[in-house]
Amino acid sequence: MPPVNPSCRAIARCVQSGGAVRAFSVVLDCADTMISPDTQREHSAAVAAQEALSMERWSRSRLNADDQAPVAGGGLLDRRLFLKRGLVFSGAGALAWSSGAAGADQAALPSLRVPGRGFSNYGQPSEQEKRAIRWISANRAVPGNGVSWSPLHALEGIITPSGLHFERHHNGVPDIRIDAHRLLIHGMVERALTFSLADLARYPMRSQMLFVECGGNSNSGWNKEPLQSRAGYLHGLASCSEWAGVPLAVVLDEAGIDPAAKWLIAEGADAAAIHISIPLKKAMDDCMLALYQNGERIRPENGYPLRLIVPGWEGILSIKWLQRLEVAAEPVMARNETAKYTELLPSGKSRMFTFVMDAKSVITSPSPGDTLRSHGLYEVRGLAWSGRGRIRRVDVSADAGKTWAPAQLQEPVLPMCFTRFRIPWNWRGETAVLKSRAIDESGYVQPERDKLVAERGRNGYFHYNAIAAWQVDEDGEVTHVYR
Amino acid sequence: MSIASHALWVACLGLPALAADRIEGPGLGSPVSAQSVAARNTSIYPDGRGLPEGRGSAGDGRLVYQQKCASCHGERGEGGSGGHLVGRGPLTGSDADKAVGNYWPSATTLFAFTRRAMPMDAPGSLSADDTYAVTAFLLYLNGIVGADEALDARSLPAVRMPNRDGFVWIDAVQPEKPR
Repeated sequence: MPPVNPSCRAIARCVQSGGAVRAFSVVLDCADTMISPDTQREHSAAVAAQEALSMERWSRSRLNADDQAPVAGGGLLDRRLFLKRGLVFSGAGALAWSSGAAGADQAALPSLRVPGRGFSNYGQPSEQEKRAIRWISANRAVPGNGVSWSPLHALEGIITPSGLHFERHHNGVPDIRIDAHRLLIHGMVERALTFSLADLARYPMRSQMLFVECGGNSNSGWNKEPLQSRAGYLHGLASCSEWAGVPLAVVLDEAGIDPAAKWLIAEGADAAAIHISIPLKKAMDDCMLALYQNGERIRPENGYPLRLIVPGWEGILSIKWLQRLEVAAEPVMARNETAKYTELLPSGKSRMFTFVMDAKSVITSPSPGDTLRSHGLYEVRGLAWSGRGRIRRVDVSADAGKTWAPAQLQEPVLPMCFTRFRIPWNWRGETAVLKSRAIDESGYVQPERDKLVAERGRNGYFHYNAIAAWQVDEDGEVTHVYR
Repeated sequence: MSIASHALWVACLGLPALAADRIEGPGLGSPVSAQSVAARNTSIYPDGRGLPEGRGSAGDGRLVYQQKCASCHGERGEGGSGGHLVGRGPLTGSDADKAVGNYWPSATTLFAFTRRAMPMDAPGSLSADDTYAVTAFLLYLNGIVGADEALDARSLPAVRMPNRDGFVWIDAVQPEKPR
């Protein structure tokens, strides 16, 4: 039995009493409209219990921060601070590194005196890292219908470990025999064709680092009150992998596309038989038949043995367990492109085929659930991404958006890929509100929440990408706020 | 087109950057018969293409619904562990509620989704007749078809859903006349 978000039960109860369950939408819709203060408290306690990440490592890394001139309000420092020559840890900081009990006992460490364990065929995370886990929220009656979030707050760099890549399943993870699986391409083509996985493995491959983000990611942001949870459990229906496989255009060309065709219908081999319509132009431009994720075969929960990858567009299009591609003149109007994955506007009209994932950023550290244990220098860290291409800039504010400073973007900065940003911050113990704002190479600027809600209302459910605000109070506790 | 002729073509256009983008594979796709394609093709379009033979009315569908659907969706489609299926309210206002009757643009979508994915413990198990019947029952609960109106491959696509024209395409070119 995998660890399950304890608040699921509370949410399920509240859904029961509310009488309306809408599968995945349910759980978060419920959090939006029906969740009780008790449930909120239970949620917060669950988060604290799931993870109690220590901030001590930060307190050890104290530089002479007070000597640095801030570049924006709230103590934000020049993004190149850590790169500056000659900057050294202060005496107190250095002392903290060397004077701990662990340091004194180093010579007596048992690991120096006892032979270690043997080899393993497949490595696992340290037993001490069991809190870096996906957080599951599933339908009680149908355990395979729900989501699990990536713990973005517990990760560094830009690659999400395959075992921590988010999941959104509509009716469970199928067991598919790789030898028997056949991809069918048919419809408006000169010749219908099937491909085995062995066939596809002989095609020219490429790999690309790409994020995949669920269209429903971050949607508790539509709630009237900010949900208290870890950053990853608010925004972690997004993950980033190196995907490797065959360019989709190669096999579509082999089938011979009718020039009158405009769409591609992609279908999975799961119990929900998910199918979805994709503009043919996108399919020919940059989509991929992925066989590998982060160097190894795709994990079952991410589409083994074959997944369509649609770069930068909402995750529902990147069909897992891909078994059929139909070239068509028009979209099929599947349930998941009409009833779901469309956004109701205040006017009563709805946005449909909202494929592109607009630019988003989130500060992963410090983030809600963390407690800063001492004043001084911290590195504010986060992730930014855009379905329109590269991230051009990320601004960070420590005073709720009154002033901003540009963060350092860590290379590589790749199109439609997570980008890691960092900026030093001198926290002097005052209340601070941390925000990040992504700007992509198209010029798109991540909006403030007020602006997004004014444009879209609160019933859109999907495509929430507003700026997130984390408040650090005088005791160092970090909470999610709307500011 | 061979790689060589493709490269030549690209060279003539002076677009060498494209040469690397459009590669050719080893041509390993296996031809497949029309019958095999038909057996795997489950697409059902709003104009009715792909709908199977069969028919059913709301009266027929009531029993199917009670046996296969009500345990998750409620006796009258009000929802339970599964989503609620009945909604007639306006889509404006802060408490706007999306359901089959007031939100879904195509009746064929309801049939197709039910046929391929429902019930969740035995997806794909409903016969064509039962799927038409339970579709009719849900449309009846939503006030869209009459209790005795039988639906089949001809009449189902003709059902006009109230919110058929309620959608604006964002990242795809919307036809001027909704299909």
